[in-house]
Amino acid sequence: MPVKFEVNGKSVEVEVEPRLTLADCLRHYLRLTGTHVGCEHGVCGACTVLIDGAAVRSCLTLAVQAEGAKVTTVEGLSLEEGLTPLQASFRKHHALQCGFCTPGMITTAHALLSEEPDCDADRVREVLSGNICRCTGYISIVEAVLDARSSYKKTMP
Amino acid sequence: MKLPPFEYACPTSVSEAVALLASHEGEAQPLAGGQSLVPMMAFRVASPSLVVDLRKLAELRQIKISDEGVTLGAMVRWREILDDARLRTVQPLLVAAVEHVAHYQIRNRGTVGGSIAHADPAAEMPGIVLTCDAKIAVTGKAGARVIDAANFFEGPLMTALKPDEIITEIRLPAWPAKRRFGFQEFARRRGDFALAAALLFYDDDGGKVRNAHVGAIGVADTPVRLPAVEQVLNGSAIDEATIAKAEAAASASVDPHDDIHASGAYRKALVGVMVERALRAAAA
Repeated sequence: MPVKFEVNGKSVEVEVEPRLTLADCLRHYLRLTGTHVGCEHGVCGACTVLIDGAAVRSCLTLAVQAEGAKVTTVEGLSLEEGLTPLQASFRKHHALQCGFCTPGMITTAHALLSEEPDCDADRVREVLSGNICRCTGYISIVEAVLDARSSYKKTMP
Repeated sequence: MKLPPFEYACPTSVSEAVALLASHEGEAQPLAGGQSLVPMMAFRVASPSLVVDLRKLAELRQIKISDEGVTLGAMVRWREILDDARLRTVQPLLVAAVEHVAHYQIRNRGTVGGSIAHADPAAEMPGIVLTCDAKIAVTGKAGARVIDAANFFEGPLMTALKPDEIITEIRLPAWPAKRRFGFQEFARRRGDFALAAALLFYDDDGGKVRNAHVGAIGVADTPVRLPAVEQVLNGSAIDEATIAKAEAAASASVDPHDDIHASGAYRKALVGVMVERALRAAAA
């Protein structure tokens, strides 16, 4: 069936089977392979995208459920050139090694910092508890997110 | 795994949703937030022939607060409960429990009605409705009816819902301003399913407990009430002796299974500790 939604500011229309997850739709139909698929049952967080600004697991969302929504993937949180302050903070703090979980970490951290630019370390840990990383031990990721808070405060109205 | 194939419908009214469910004779499943149904389909535990998406049923999205209590539309998401500042005073036990529901991203999608219909014995919302004596309003082919939470949960992932019925509302009774409450959950990782949790409240009657309601999740095939603990508490003051008796009564009330996450003996001990901590929090 046809489904129309917006991805990273661009309107798209795709013909999908109802059983197709949003994650697979983004990767295979729209070639947005920045969204990673790890567990495919809602445990690992690698596939996190934003739907109307809220972080969700795209493997637990059907593509057909995205009808009319504004979807933002990790590609939509990147610049043409150079790094965003959040990405730069991940680099500075060595908050990734293999990089598989990073798209989910970035999208989740972006959603959190956009809503709560004053969040503390406990809140960051609580929110990131839904994202599994098998390399870093998380400490550097929490530090990177905390360090990126200042750049989100500036953008607040 | 990829999901098995199914047909999909997105009705715009409750009656249309019910008619669709009825037309597939038990092979159709309603889709609320999808945070349990979609993984179940990925694991092939569920393979409905038709998925009926409830997302366009705006009338199921409301949170209503009145003198009678709090009414949650079945499609209210966890996030909406946490964002509604009114609920922190009119139903604080609900808010305390919902803070423990799953992870950040799942709370943005998952719904109260979905959780109750799914009926995971370790899930918070079934424990809340049972402990608070909530009423669950459902609509099916035969019309609307209201089910007491005490009669709703029949086993793990099994409820009194008929295949053509959907939950429309969850009605939580009024909460007196001075009511004392505690919620304590233990999970290996914050956001994971509870190994055990205790939910309780009581009214203070001149230093003594009145109207104690004590429930637990993660320790049986359904959420459970612990009447033996309620009996210990009613008429007593919350002191060390009462707390010790309540803890012992909680552990003695349950006989949990072993599973890969914890042994039955561990859960039995744990539920006592959760009751103890919840009582201390309530009395503090």
